[in-house]
Amino acid sequence: MRHLLSIDDLDRSGLEQILDLSERFIEVTHRDIPKVPALRGKTVVSLFYEESTRTRLSFETAAKRLSADTMTFTVGSSSVKKGESLRDTVQTIEAMGIDAMVVRHGSAGAPNRITEWIDAAIINAGDGCHEHPTQALLDVLTLRRRRPSGLDGCRIAIVGDVRHSRVARSDVLAFTALGAEVTLVAPPTLLPESLEGWPVTVSYDLDDVLPNVDVLYLLRIQLERQGEALFPSLREYTSRYGLTAARAARLPADALVMHPGPMNRGVEISAEVADGPASLIAEQVANGVAVRMAVLYTLLGSGGPVA
Amino acid sequence: MPESTRATRAQNTAEPIAAPPNIRGAADEFVLRTEVLSADDLRRAHTRIAHEIVERNHGADGLILVGLHTRGPAIARRIAAAIESFERVTVPVGTLDVAFYRDDIGLRAVQPLGATEVPVDIGGKVVVLVDDVLFTGRTIRAALDALTELGRARAVQLAVLVDRGHRELPIRADFVGKNLPTREAEDVRVRLHETDAVAEDVIELWGPAEAAHLETRPDGGGPE
Repeated sequence: MRHLLSIDDLDRSGLEQILDLSERFIEVTHRDIPKVPALRGKTVVSLFYEESTRTRLSFETAAKRLSADTMTFTVGSSSVKKGESLRDTVQTIEAMGIDAMVVRHGSAGAPNRITEWIDAAIINAGDGCHEHPTQALLDVLTLRRRRPSGLDGCRIAIVGDVRHSRVARSDVLAFTALGAEVTLVAPPTLLPESLEGWPVTVSYDLDDVLPNVDVLYLLRIQLERQGEALFPSLREYTSRYGLTAARAARLPADALVMHPGPMNRGVEISAEVADGPASLIAEQVANGVAVRMAVLYTLLGSGGPVA
Repeated sequence: MPESTRATRAQNTAEPIAAPPNIRGAADEFVLRTEVLSADDLRRAHTRIAHEIVERNHGADGLILVGLHTRGPAIARRIAAAIESFERVTVPVGTLDVAFYRDDIGLRAVQPLGATEVPVDIGGKVVVLVDDVLFTGRTIRAALDALTELGRARAVQLAVLVDRGHRELPIRADFVGKNLPTREAEDVRVRLHETDAVAEDVIELWGPAEAAHLETRPDGGGPE
């Protein structure tokens, strides 16, 4: 594997290999000195055309714990402001000598394009409404750690703005590749125009789905899209699709709740559910570092036989 | 799956590295040369190494045995059991994975083989690293680095079942089951019932079929 652009780059055994490797890195991150020399001398640059807290910091922490050098490129303080093109920007960065580039961009497919321009390993950290593969990897890792039997037969409902969610797209691929049954729950306006080829079932009624899920995965309502009138009001959205405490009480006793962050507390998830015992949200963030260490190590270090 | 010291040279990979099909042929077929140690020999070797470790360290207090994946942990547990049987002291046993410390990351598929779990603080203790076969010394070099991250041991010693020579680094074993002269192209194949799904433990020497008639060069040897 040269790049990680989509979960589709990995088959089931490739996914499992990255998850197994992540387990080793979780152990490393719990040590007194949570650092190994595996990627000494490698340089990882993060190139973020969209804002991000957890993903960028998580990748940088991962790179540092592997002893790689890191550079950060944020559009706000760069020559992009002067009109430099994406191509010129990445070629300029590559000329400084880098081994991997972590890219977040507002346009779907931007990371793929970059692979045609430079030789570094490219990791997609979110491209438009397309994919966010490392989020999906950390989600399946978090779930797998809670379900020793694996994801086979696990009933997962993904709730919210599926249409604009790169997380949903990557998660559907990863969850189903590992044998889970995925249901998308959203008003029709927040579902993609066509679900042809998606290995999922669809529901418009969260209350209907609640008693029959093992995992409820809530997506962030993208408040910046409010102007598009995809639903009447936030209040109405919450009343039909928000995970309130009352709804959480109707979940099966051992059901788990996940959210990719950042959360809109009180909109798609109530604060008490987010901080409650069923919530895996903090674990998701913690596991993000280990998963990204596994991805960086696989692309830059192991030369391993991942698909 | 067959693991050999050839794989050990390339590090104890879980999977022996497959040669590209075009250079694989009859000439690459390996045949059994000789049995190096039988199950009984191994049992005696464990017992003797256990006695030597205790003798060298004037007792078993403050000792920790740390096995290197994949077979080191099983061997370390056997040695610990032997020490307990005659010394009445329980020696802690840990496991160490050295993948992230190797010097050939990026040159080949270096994957971790197991968890690193050392149950006690190694600070001020005597750590005995335990592995099945000592070959180039590169695994031990990586293990010394990995161990340093866990604390400052008072001393580090090395116990192996077979020393087959061909060192590439200035490393030697303190406790050796058997010194075995080998040729570089040969494999020392270790099978233990804990790790290899065999009924009976055995260590064998395998070599390329076409060279079976050649004399083994006695440049292997053990501790210099």
